[in-house]
Formats: sequence, structure tokens, C-alpha cells
Amino acid sequence: MASIKVFGHATTTSTRRVLLTLHEKNLDYELVNVELKDGEHKKEPFLSRNPFGQVPAFEDGDLKLFESRAITQYIAHRYEDQGTNLLPADSKNIAQYATMSIGMEVEAHQFDPAASKLAWEQLFKHIYGLTTDQAVVAEQEAKLAKVLDVYEARLKEFKYLAGETFTLTDLHHIPVIQYLLGTPTKKLFTERPRVNEWVAEITKRPASQKILQ
Amino acid sequence: MITILQSQLLPPPPIKLRHSSLLFSPSQHSRPNLKFTSKSSPSPPTITMASIKVHGVPMSTATMRVLAALYEKDLEFELIPVDMRAGAHKQEPFLSLNPFGQIPALQDGDLTLFESRAITEYIADEYSEKGEKLMCPGCNKVKALTKVWLNVEGQQFDPIASKIAFERIFKGMFGMTTDPAAVQELEGKLVRVLDIYEARLSKSEFLACDCFTLADLHHLPVIHYLMGTDSKALFESRPKVCEWVKKITARPAWAKVVDLQKQ
Repeated sequence: MASIKVFGHATTTSTRRVLLTLHEKNLDYELVNVELKDGEHKKEPFLSRNPFGQVPAFEDGDLKLFESRAITQYIAHRYEDQGTNLLPADSKNIAQYATMSIGMEVEAHQFDPAASKLAWEQLFKHIYGLTTDQAVVAEQEAKLAKVLDVYEARLKEFKYLAGETFTLTDLHHIPVIQYLLGTPTKKLFTERPRVNEWVAEITKRPASQKILQ
Repeated sequence: MITILQSQLLPPPPIKLRHSSLLFSPSQHSRPNLKFTSKSSPSPPTITMASIKVHGVPMSTATMRVLAALYEKDLEFELIPVDMRAGAHKQEPFLSLNPFGQIPALQDGDLTLFESRAITEYIADEYSEKGEKLMCPGCNKVKALTKVWLNVEGQQFDPIASKIAFERIFKGMFGMTTDPAAVQELEGKLVRVLDIYEARLSKSEFLACDCFTLADLHHLPVIHYLMGTDSKALFESRPKVCEWVKKITARPAWAKVVDLQKQ
């Protein structure tokens, strides 16, 4: 019995964010499927795990968490000495940590809102028999392009977003980028050379491949 | 997006000097830098350079978030106004501080930061021994729960609450009209979040644990604005939420942030 349990759905970007982290850390875990199409996430007993009714929820022993980015940070700290280091090289250096935090905030507040909407419009809507709204796609692509311009400049100076090493900041982007690479939005990544290289690097990692299976 | 719109539309704050603790220092900006000390000082003013500089305006919720943390920690800082109306935040030299063109940015010595919630976390960590505690001391479990509620504020509360503040307050400042249908829809979403807060605060004195943390602090600016509108009913009608709002807005550090707006 793994002491780590993830309650979620292996196709959602937020669940994948957590699974990626567990794979990077070589941690054993149990994925308990939450059947989204049955609305399981909006009912008990799931609501006791996350009152906001969203996957994933997480358990490590008697610690219960939700919000994927809180979970990944917990894993990165708690299992710091195991597997890939997902924190800055000197994790006790507060200034370095702050730089990683900026990147995590940017992903959550600048990148993800636009990227998630694009994945929804172009991919997930089809699952529900809904049609893509091209006006929304155009609007969100314009926003995402501005963010990626900043990333391009940043990645000219550094190998990864928070510095020279792969960190949670980069990891948080992977699940939605993987989806967007299967849509016309892919061009926003491929037409920016450093962003394109960075995307190739982070998506070819063994852990990134594992979550696609 | 809302923060950008707020920051684009606000006029630059008037700078009135009434307190002996306010000092001028020469600056390359067209506006003088205001040095704020967190305690009023009876000694004669001296020209010193605070190592912490905040680039922002007191009306911006994101700037207020950072100011609250600085006051909680009793830290000296300089508030350098950014001329939003002139679009200073979308040009150099501000873009070198935050390439996303949003206030606030913070400098501490040679460290430059942006994103208000990364800044407050830095302040809480770097100055953990000073002033009020902003993270629950102790084990990984408590820290992990704090991160949960920090994410809740950023991902669940703020996107909705900021839009309501924009509709009810900031639109009016610029001759745009509040959209009542939008407000109604947003409030319908906010009440679901506040019901969850009500349940949480029935089990815990503050959101993350039994002490005040950044998870509570981050809510202050938007709650402050909403409590000046009809939306306040949503908070006041939920007893635990109401009590929590009263507690966090009564903090002396918060009073100083609100005071800055009046200057």
C-alpha cells in the first residue's frame, strides 16, 4: 500500500502536474480514479478531500492536500533528497527561491489562464460535442504570445525559467503544453527559437513521457 | 488582466506630505520618492536610503498586498510611485523590473522581484525573525496546508473577487458602467467560495491554521474594496467569515496600508 494517493483523473492537466512530480521523484503512489463524467468530483466523499470540487486531491499518510501547485511544492520539499531536485540548486538561498516563486506565479496567473482556455476550446470541448470558438482562440493566442515573448527573452539568458536547472517552475507548464502541441497553437512555441528548445527539453524528460501513457 | 486594467486606469496618486516620517530623496524619477518608516519617528528626519524599494501605487490591490507584508514585518521601505496614467509600467525603465509590465515590483539591495505573492513570500522568508509571523512556524504539514490556502486565494477567490471590485468600483472611476448581470453572475460564484471559507473557518481560526498567515493577508486588498460596496453583504451574512474579515482588517499593519491611500 503506497502511503501516497492521488485522487484525480490521469487526463487532466492538474492531475498530471502532480503525477509528473511524483515520477520525477521516483515515488510510489496509487492513482485513485475520480470519474469526472459522473460528476464524482462534485459529490461526497470527494468534496471532503477538496471542498472546491476539483481534481486532484492528495494524501501522504495522514496529510491531506489539494490545489496541484501546493501539492507539487509539498512533494518537492518533503522528498527533497530523492530523485530529481525540483527546487533551485541552493534551496536554502531565499533569493534563488524567490526567483523560482516568481516563475510559479507567472505560470499560474499569466501563462495558464490563456493556455488552459486554448486547450479547452481546441481539444476538450470536442469531447463534449461543443464547437471551438475561434474568436476566443484568437484572443487567448494573442495573450499567450505576449507571455511567450517574455519567456523567449528570459530563456536567452537562462537555460530554464528559474535559472540553469529544471525546477517546479518549468514542470508546472508541461501538462498543458503537451496538449497545445497537438493544436494549431503549437506555432506560438515553434516560432520562438529558445521557447521551442525549452519545450523540446522539458517534454522529452522520461517523467514527461510517462504521464502520457 | 484585472490588475492590468486597474493599473492602467488609475490616476497617479497625489503626494501630500504631512508626516515627519516622510522624507524626500533625490531621484531620477520625475516624482520624489517617499520613504515610509513603519513607526512614526520623533527624531529629526535624516536622508537615508532604504534597501527595500517598492515600485507601485497605494490604490493597486497587488501593491497593497506587498505593503501589508512590509508593515507586518516592521520593515523600512521606499514607495516609488509609477505613473500609470502615462503608461510608465509598460515602458522602460519599469519593464526591466517586471517584463510583464505590471505593478508592483520590489527591489531589495540588488535583488529584483515581481508578482505580489512571490514578493510577500520572500518577505516572510527573508525577514522571518522580524515583526509579525506570516507563516505558521513548525512542521512540513503546516507549511503544506498554508500553500494549499495560498493557492486557494490565488486560484479560486481572487479571479472572481477582483472582477467584482473592477465592476463595482474601478469601472466607475473611468466613466464605464457597472454591468449588473456580470456582478450577479460573479457574486453567484463568490458565495460558493465563501461557503467553503465559512466551513473552513469553523474548524480553524484563520485559513491555513490557527495563526494569521500570508494566506489570510493576500485577501486583504480586494476584501477591503468589496467591503465598501453592496458585496459586503456576502461576507457579513456568514458569521465565521464576517468574524475573520473583522479580525484581519483590524490589524495595525493593514490600517497603515489603508492610510497610505488617503495621502
